[in-house]
Amino acid sequence: MKYIDEFRSRELARKLAEGIAREADTGREYRLMEFCGGHTHAIFRYGVQELMPDNVTFVHGPGCPVCVLPIGRIDNAIGLVEAHDVILCTYGDMLRVPASGRNSLLKVKAAGGDVRMVWSTQDALKIARENPDRQVIFFAIGFETTTPPTAVAIKQAKAERLENFSVFCNHVLTPAAMQNILDSPDVRDLEKVAIDAFLGPSHVSTIIGTRPYEFFAEEYHKPVVIAGFEPLDVMQSALMLIRQINQGRAEVENEYTRVVTREGNVKAQALVAEVLELRRSFEWRGLGEVPYSALKIKSPWAEFDAETRFALPRVEAADVRGCECPRILRGVKKPTDCKLFGTVCTPENPMGSCMVSSEGACAAYWSYGRFHQARTRESAA
Amino acid sequence: MCLALPAEIIAIEGDMGKVNLGGVHKEISLALVEDVKVGDFVLVHVGYALNRVSPEEAERTLALFAEAGLGGAA
Ligand code: SF4
Repeated sequence: MKYIDEFRSRELARKLAEGIAREADTGREYRLMEFCGGHTHAIFRYGVQELMPDNVTFVHGPGCPVCVLPIGRIDNAIGLVEAHDVILCTYGDMLRVPASGRNSLLKVKAAGGDVRMVWSTQDALKIARENPDRQVIFFAIGFETTTPPTAVAIKQAKAERLENFSVFCNHVLTPAAMQNILDSPDVRDLEKVAIDAFLGPSHVSTIIGTRPYEFFAEEYHKPVVIAGFEPLDVMQSALMLIRQINQGRAEVENEYTRVVTREGNVKAQALVAEVLELRRSFEWRGLGEVPYSALKIKSPWAEFDAETRFALPRVEAADVRGCECPRILRGVKKPTDCKLFGTVCTPENPMGSCMVSSEGACAAYWSYGRFHQARTRESAA
Repeated sequence: MCLALPAEIIAIEGDMGKVNLGGVHKEISLALVEDVKVGDFVLVHVGYALNRVSPEEAERTLALFAEAGLGGAA
C-alpha cells in the first residue's frame, strides 16, 4: 500500500542501521523513550531493537490508552450496563480489559448485557438513532487522536436532538503524562529510569502539532523527535535523536512531516475546545493522579455527559495482585520482570490491560518476544 | 487502538467520504479536515480522516533515509 510499503524497505533499514552504528558513540548510552504504544508495537513487530547497536535502547512509555485507564472507570462502565440497562458502545480493545472481581465488558456481554463494539463514533450515533427508546452511551477513551471524533459526535447529537445519546468521557492528554514521567521521583531522584530523549507520538501529533513539545525540550533539556509509525520512521528518528544527543542539543524535530506540522490540525483543535475542557485532575494507571491531564464535557453540553446523566460515582479499585502494569507504564520494569507474564497472564487470558491491547508492552513482548528468543538461541548455537 | 492508515479518498459527499483502504472501501467522516478532494491521501483513524498526507514531504523523508545510510551528516 502506498505510504506504507516504501517505509518498510529492508534494504533501507539495513543502510539506516549502518548509519546509526556509525554515528552512535560507543562511549555512552542512548536511552530513548517511545511514549506511544504504537511505536512499542512497531519496534517489536519489525525487530527494530535488534538493528540497533547495544548502547541504543528503547524504553517503553505509557502511551497505550487502554493500559492507562484506571480499573475504577471500567467498573463504572460495567455498572452502567448492569444497573441502567443501557446500550454501551466502545472500541474493541476495551472489551477484554480486566475489571474488578475478574469481570470484563466481554463477560458482561456474554451474560446478556448490551455491549456493542464500534469502529467509529458515527456507528454509536447510528445505534442511538435506531434505538430511540434506549439510552445509548459511547465509552470514549484515547489520547488527542481519538478525542476530535468524540467532540464531533457530541455536536452532531445536539444538532439532531438525539436525547438518548451520551458520552462517558475518558480522554487523556499526552504532554501532561510526559511531564509527569519526567517529574516522577523514579526519574528525577532515583535514576531508576534514565531517559535521554523522547520519540514523540505520530498520530497524537497530527492533531496537536509539534509545538506542545517545545516546552519539554527546553525545560527538561531532552531532545524530542516526532516519529512516524513505520519501522524506517522509527529508525530515522532514533538517528536524529542520537545526533541531537551527540551535539548536546535538546530540540523538537519532526521526522513525520508527511502528516505532522508545527500547528497541527487547527480545525480539530477548535472542535475539541468547543465541546471539552480540562479536568483539574485525573487518575492514570501507573502514574496516579495527574493534574490537568484529561478532558471532560463542558457544561453547555452537559446533557450529553453520561457522568452527569447517570450520576456516576468515583470507584476506587485495586489492581490485580502481582500485575506489574503500573511500573511497566512508568518504564521502571519490563514485562518479563512480572511473575505472571506468559504463565498466568497471556493474551488469551489477560490479567492486566498491558496484555490486552496490541499497544501494551506485555502483549508486544508476548507476540514478538518468542521469535527473538528463538533467534538468539539459533545464533548462539 | 491507535492504528491509523493512509488511504486514498475515492468519493466525497458533504462531511462524509469513501476511502480505499488496501482494496476495501470504507465510509469515513471528513468532519476534521478541510479542502480535501478525491485522489488525496488522508490518515484514517477510528472512522475519521485526521489529516492529509503530503506527497512532497513523503518523498523528502524517503530521500533522508537513503542519505542517512550513505553517512549523510557524519
Ligand atoms: S504480564 Fe500480565 S500481569 Fe504481568 S504486568 Fe503484564 S499485564 Fe500485568
